[in-house]
Amino acid sequence: MTDTISKSRKIKGVLLNILMYLAAGFICVLLLGLIGYILYRGTPYISWELISTKPSLLKGTVGILPNILITVYIIIMTLIIVLPLGVGAAIYLNEYAKNRKLVRIIELATETLAGIPSIIYGLVGMLVFVQFFSLGTSLLAGSLTLVIMTLPTIIRTTQESLKTVPMAYREGSLGLGAGKWYMIRTVVLPCVIDGVVTGCILSIGRVVGESAALLFTAGMANEMLSVLGAVQPGNAGSSLTVALYMYAKERGQFDVAFAVAVILLALAFLINMSAKLTAKKLRRE
Amino acid sequence: MNKIKKTARLIEKAMYLLFLMCGMLTILFVILITVFLVTSGIPAIQKIGLFNFLFGKTWASTAVLPSYGILPFILTSTYGTCGAILVGVPIGLLCAIFLAKMSPQGIGSIVRNVVDLLAGIPSVVYGLVGMILIVPYVREFFHLPDGANLFSAILVLTIMILPSVISVSETAIKAVPKEYEEASLALGATKTETVFKVVVPAAKSGIITAVVLGIGRAIGEAMAVMMVAGNVANMPKLFGSVRFLTTAVASEMSYSSGLQRQALFSIALVLFLFIMTINLVLNLIVKRGEHSD
Repeated sequence: MTDTISKSRKIKGVLLNILMYLAAGFICVLLLGLIGYILYRGTPYISWELISTKPSLLKGTVGILPNILITVYIIIMTLIIVLPLGVGAAIYLNEYAKNRKLVRIIELATETLAGIPSIIYGLVGMLVFVQFFSLGTSLLAGSLTLVIMTLPTIIRTTQESLKTVPMAYREGSLGLGAGKWYMIRTVVLPCVIDGVVTGCILSIGRVVGESAALLFTAGMANEMLSVLGAVQPGNAGSSLTVALYMYAKERGQFDVAFAVAVILLALAFLINMSAKLTAKKLRRE
Repeated sequence: MNKIKKTARLIEKAMYLLFLMCGMLTILFVILITVFLVTSGIPAIQKIGLFNFLFGKTWASTAVLPSYGILPFILTSTYGTCGAILVGVPIGLLCAIFLAKMSPQGIGSIVRNVVDLLAGIPSVVYGLVGMILIVPYVREFFHLPDGANLFSAILVLTIMILPSVISVSETAIKAVPKEYEEASLALGATKTETVFKVVVPAAKSGIITAVVLGIGRAIGEAMAVMMVAGNVANMPKLFGSVRFLTTAVASEMSYSSGLQRQALFSIALVLFLFIMTINLVLNLIVKRGEHSD
């Protein structure tokens, strides 16, 4: 049976198969090599002192606790602002909007926002929040910039999950005499919690990995900030990614940079796993 | 009874307006970004002259007689992006075909996890590894005085665009109707021939989308490129230290002033126009894809 296939066809087939396995193998080796190398270079330098102190010129020690805290502050501030806006926009698109053209324009704008590179966000954030609204280089300005950046993610995931809510739920609720807002609040929103959570996790991933947009908006300071200090305009601070960049490029302290890279990798892994878990849960329902 | 109805109706109206405002936000943000970039980018272009700005071959912003030509940056960004696409797309496409059609169950899910993880790694981490691993290796291998050049940048960009190219083309390939494949198999084509000659051409518009997305990612990447490209404003050479559009903005912003600062905003405007064109192309492709279905 196989004899009817000419030799050149067979060779071509085998060749293409080999190439495909090579490509897939290359990707896996790439990731393993990357993780292995970063762990090899970075793990020896992770110490309790590194992650629990702030850098001290007097003692000559380096600590990244301020950067960890700043990253957490920025994540929380960004999410608190972007969640209501993004979920609200998704609800408008899915529940209220009747004008097809308007919906199309809003979706186009959302896609456009998703395609703009982070360095441009950084620049616009600097122009708008740091200078125009005179917040100064601050965590607040950085978070607001990231709000614009993560808005498309939240809108998209919420919208996807709104679409899976059966029409009958809405009709049932409206038929019993509920108002539209009451219906959305009590029937629709509880159904989309998982989608919103997925959106949050993806946004956290983007915020944790972001550097170019934060460089000119949130600044490069390594000072400890309290929760109250974080929300005040004018208090600058570098997130983990910006700190990595500064240690590697400006100060040449590669040990610290690799130690930060290990932490970032671990975070990326965690975020990836939790996104997978919530997505799986979503599919099962 | 009537009173309750009235407040209820008021709340309904208020909530509608609130949601409407949220919905309009993305449009507002796009307009805001455009307005701020255009108004802060135009003055320098007016002073320097559009032709001198876009086609000037020397960028010497801190010289006594400063000159602001961004052709080196435009060309570097173009070459760098083309290089990353030329290397990355074939690998990414082969990997996507493997994932969508040819992979055994277990292996497929492992590779898919690997791709997702690669997508989640922050760009500064890629930059760091490129700086410490790729740059010295390129220097040794090609016997160069410095390994921080366009070639290293292309290597790092290639790795960075792979995840998005793979996942978008995989989705496109998977969306091709099963009947196409069955018809081809029934006519006597082998599984591999079917996949490469029937399924992949049918997924063409999705694959082009993936490529355009890759272009967008490569042209917009700043931090990783800044760490490996050497960052000197030369005309692009494969083994020469170069500066991209993105890194031109990022590297001088912190200490710039006056016309130099305005010129940086103009560079950002040029970059923005590039990205908007890419977005437009992407939308046209997607729209055409919808029509032909």
